[in-house]
Amino acid sequence: MNLFDIVGPVMVGPSSSHTAGAVKIGLTARRLLDDEIKEAVIDFHGSFLSTGKGHGTDKAVVAGLAGMAVDDPEIPDSFEAAEKKGISFTFGSVDLGDDAHPNSVRISLKGTGGKTLEMTAASIGGGQIQVQEIDGLKAVFSGDHPTLIVQNDDTPGVIADVALTLSSNNINIATLQLTRDSRGGKAAAVIETDQEIPEDAMYWLAHQDGVQKVTYLSLKEN
Amino acid sequence: MYSSLEKILRRAEEQNVPFWKAVQLHDCRESDITEEQSFERMRSMYRAMLESDRNYDPALKSASGLVGGEAEKLHRAREEGKLIVGNLIASVMEKSLRVAESNACMRRIVAAPTAGSCGVVPAVLISVQDELQIPEDKMVEALYVAAGIGGVIARRASLSGAAGGCQAEIGSASAMAAGALAYLLGADAQTVTDAAALALKSLLGLACDPVAGLVEIPCVKRNVIGAVNAVTSAEMAVSGIRSKIPADQVIDAMGSIGKRMPEEIRETAKGGLAVTPEAQAIAAKIRM
Repeated sequence: MNLFDIVGPVMVGPSSSHTAGAVKIGLTARRLLDDEIKEAVIDFHGSFLSTGKGHGTDKAVVAGLAGMAVDDPEIPDSFEAAEKKGISFTFGSVDLGDDAHPNSVRISLKGTGGKTLEMTAASIGGGQIQVQEIDGLKAVFSGDHPTLIVQNDDTPGVIADVALTLSSNNINIATLQLTRDSRGGKAAAVIETDQEIPEDAMYWLAHQDGVQKVTYLSLKEN
Repeated sequence: MYSSLEKILRRAEEQNVPFWKAVQLHDCRESDITEEQSFERMRSMYRAMLESDRNYDPALKSASGLVGGEAEKLHRAREEGKLIVGNLIASVMEKSLRVAESNACMRRIVAAPTAGSCGVVPAVLISVQDELQIPEDKMVEALYVAAGIGGVIARRASLSGAAGGCQAEIGSASAMAAGALAYLLGADAQTVTDAAALALKSLLGLACDPVAGLVEIPCVKRNVIGAVNAVTSAEMAVSGIRSKIPADQVIDAMGSIGKRMPEEIRETAKGGLAVTPEAQAIAAKIRM
C-alpha cells in the first residue's frame, strides 16, 4: 500500500472489490492467455454471484477481457466493446467451496490461435486481486509482478532449467512456489519476477523436456 | 505510510516542514519516486476529483434503479432558495451526492479512501476551493494531508467496510477531509490531527448495512453526513476546540469497535438496514 491507494485509485464505480478488482481479474486472464480471445466462460462464486449484477461485476470482468483498465469510462458498455473485438462470452455460476473467497470467479478462455486457459481468482479488497488457480493447479499470485507459470511433469531438473534461464537473462526472482497434484504427476512452478522475461527465454523453456506449458503474465500493455 | 499521526507531527517538527510535506517525503522514500513525480501524481488525483464532480449526469440511474438524480433535487432546492444552510454547506451536500451517485452509476471517481465513500473528500475540498479561491497547488497539499491521515487509519485500524463497518469508510473519509480542511483554513499540524479526531469520533460505531449488498443505500447519502461532519469538525478544531482523546487513540478505538462488530453489519447485507422489510422487498425485486 502507498499514498495513492488511500487517495486513489481513479476507477469506475461502484465498488473497488466488485468492480475495479473484477476488471483487473479479466485483464490478468487476458494477459495470461497471450492470444486473441475467441470465447470466454465466466462463472461467479459467492458474493460475486449474489451481488455481482448490481455492482456491474459482469461488465467489469468482460471489460478486463477486452483490455480495458480500471478507469476506462467505457466499462459500462464493455459487452458491446468485447463483441466488436470478436469475443463471445457467457456467464454461469460455480460453487468453489467454503474456503474460497466470497468474491471469486472462474474464467475459461479459448483463443483464436488455439491457446486455452482456466483461471480462478478472487478480488480481495481495495481493487487488489489474487489469482488462486491456473488450469486446475494451485497458483497464488497478485498480478502486480511479471509472473511465470511453468506446468511440468513432476521430474527432477525442471526447476533448475527455469532458474538457469532466468539468471542467464539477469532476471531476479521475487517469489517462488511449487505445487504438484501427486508424486510423479502434474506439477507447477509459479515465479514472480522483478523484471520482464524476454520471449526467446520463454520459448526455450517451453521446449525443455518435461515442460508441458508455459504461461506468462506480462505487465506490458498488449 | 506512517504508523501514527504522532509520528507525522514529530517528523514535521524535526524537519521543520508542514504536515503534508512530512507525509509526502515519507511516501517518496518508500515508493522510490521523486517529490515532483509524487506531487504531479497527487495533482492528477485532484483533477480526477474535479472531473468526477463536473461529469455528474442527473439522468443516470444505478444498476438497481435505486440511485440517481438526488443531487439534482438538492441543486434545484438551492436555486429556489428553499434551503436554510449557507452556501458552503449546501455545496458540500450537493457535491457529495453528485460524486457518490456517479460512483453508483458506474462513472469514473477517485476512491478516497474507498469507492463507497468517494464523495466526502472532493465535496469538502472543491466547495472550499470555490468559496475561498484557493490555488490548485494548495489543494494538492491538502490531499496529502488527507492521504496521510488515511494511511495511519489503514495501518492502525481499517479502511474497509467488510473489516470495520461504515465507520472505517465514511468515518475515515470524514477524518481525512476534516484534517485537509483544517489545513486549508491555516491550521497547524496539531490542529489538523484534532480535526481528524473530532470527525472520526462522531462516526464511531457506524454499521455497514447496504441494502441488497449494493453500494447504494444508505451509502450514497452517508457521504453527505461524512462531508458535513468534516466541515463542522474542522471548524471546531480551528476554533481551538481540542479532541480530549488524541487522534491515534480515536483511530485505535475505531479499529477495536470494528473487530467487535458482528459480521452481519460488516458489508454482508445480513443485518441493520439491509434486513428491514422494505430492504428485503427491494432486494427481492432486484433479483428478479
